[in-house]
Amino acid sequence: MPVFWQGMLVNLQLLLGLLSIGLAIGILVAIIEVYAPRPLAAVASGYEWFFRGIPEIVLLFLFYFGLTRAGWAVSPFMAAVLALGARSSAYQSQIFRGALSSIPAGQMMAARSLGMGRVAAIGRIILPQALRLSIPPWSNEFSAVLKDTTLAYSIGVVDVLRQARYMSVRTPAVSLTAFIVVALMFLVLTYAGNWMLGLLEARVRVPGLEGRARREMRFSWSRMWRRVRWRRF
Amino acid sequence: MAPLLRTEDVHKRYGKEEVLRGVSMCLEPGETKVIIGPSGTGKSTLLRCINRLTEPDRGRIWLEEQEVTARKASINRLRADIGFVFQDFNLFTHLTSLENVRLGPLRVRRLGRPQANRTALEALAQVGLSDKTKSYPAELSGGQQQRVAIARALAMHPKLILFDEPTSALDPELIGEVLEVMVRLAKSGMTMLVVSHEMGFARSVADEIIFMEHGVIVEQGPPSRMFKAPTQARTGEFLRKISELYGEAD
Ligand SMILES: Nc1ncnc2c1ncn2[C@@H]1O[C@H](COP(=O)(O)OP(=O)(O)OP(=O)(O)O)[C@@H](O)[C@H]1O
Ligand SMILES: [Mg+2]
Repeated sequence: MPVFWQGMLVNLQLLLGLLSIGLAIGILVAIIEVYAPRPLAAVASGYEWFFRGIPEIVLLFLFYFGLTRAGWAVSPFMAAVLALGARSSAYQSQIFRGALSSIPAGQMMAARSLGMGRVAAIGRIILPQALRLSIPPWSNEFSAVLKDTTLAYSIGVVDVLRQARYMSVRTPAVSLTAFIVVALMFLVLTYAGNWMLGLLEARVRVPGLEGRARREMRFSWSRMWRRVRWRRF
Repeated sequence: MAPLLRTEDVHKRYGKEEVLRGVSMCLEPGETKVIIGPSGTGKSTLLRCINRLTEPDRGRIWLEEQEVTARKASINRLRADIGFVFQDFNLFTHLTSLENVRLGPLRVRRLGRPQANRTALEALAQVGLSDKTKSYPAELSGGQQQRVAIARALAMHPKLILFDEPTSALDPELIGEVLEVMVRLAKSGMTMLVVSHEMGFARSVADEIIFMEHGVIVEQGPPSRMFKAPTQARTGEFLRKISELYGEAD
């Protein structure tokens, strides 16, 4: 059992790394796409298109071998963080872009009319609203990338999946159990993560700015119960 | 005395459409002028040109001795002195009334927090909303939202406030409370340029009514004369039409 936790810890580190990269670059790319002059915005859109158009597992190999070839002795872990981070930043930028462009133009106008600069207006008026609207779709991205961390397996990162694989090679009799354990761990983590994001969303909720997107991955006992009862009658 | 606001031959076109075709006007300190005119005539465009939310193509604009249209004008500093009240309020959705009103004093004027608070509370008191400081815009009626928006402009202690149809997004029963605040402001000596078809307001506080059509000022003058003896036929026609639409001016 400890080896699973040890492995999952690697997945969680991966997750943390790739989410931070994805968040920072994602917000930046989105702001550029919405507010920067045309040529710059086009570059940002190109970035988004590029990283959304390549399978993640191919990206992993490209980063790992590409960076090595470029002379950076990158560890598989680092390559995975960067590759998955880049991919996630492209998806996250899409989320933030949507949220940014859904903020009415009047908000920017009002801020500018007070004498605020563009950057201050984006930072104090537009982003705080856009980020609130982004939490529900971001939760979906969170659930997706949490599971995607297992793809790092493919370039040799010793994550929870590889630990399970080692175990099943050593003791074939427990193969299935090992993978069931891994599956359960991910279910619990997905639930926990979405639960925390739900708390965050409630915490920063402001009347008039409720997110409209539904959270698909959030497990809800009451929803499940409703379904069960429906079947009974 | 130098006028507080002066525009000279302001032009603006959108694509092929010439929206402003040379607008010159001025506003003395403490004056209130009301701009009227048919839809699409460029009234909003003129107001937005004055603080350069829209860049005019040609012409010059001064706020006191400072040229707003000068290439190296520090536009943010000038905008801080020109309040703007929008038709659809544009309150910052994620901020409470107090935060909305306090933002400018705090972040643009860079007053300390205690002083910014005090300024904001004073402004909210002026519009009669001292009891709504903690409400978010979505929790307020349209009339209350517009009053917060007026307080937001007031808290900057502007030299001039521009109003772009401040009551036309409101349900009829909410118009009065906003106009009341505006009348009080005008009488207290605030300099105001107001696009509005509320003729009761114009008659009671406007020093002049400016009638615009097709991007030019057709005629301007004190309300008494404009209502009784407009020199241009179009002015009389338009005034008759809006009294039918908005009720008599009294
Ligand atoms: N950002 C813009 N881009 C293109 N055209 C614009 C823009 N803003 C205004 N216009 C056009 O300029 C013209 C004048 O618009 P403006 O809003 O100034 O008129 P208005 O007198 O305020 O009318 P209303 O009484 O309907 O508010 C309109 O025909 C409008 O379509
Ligand atoms: Mg208008």
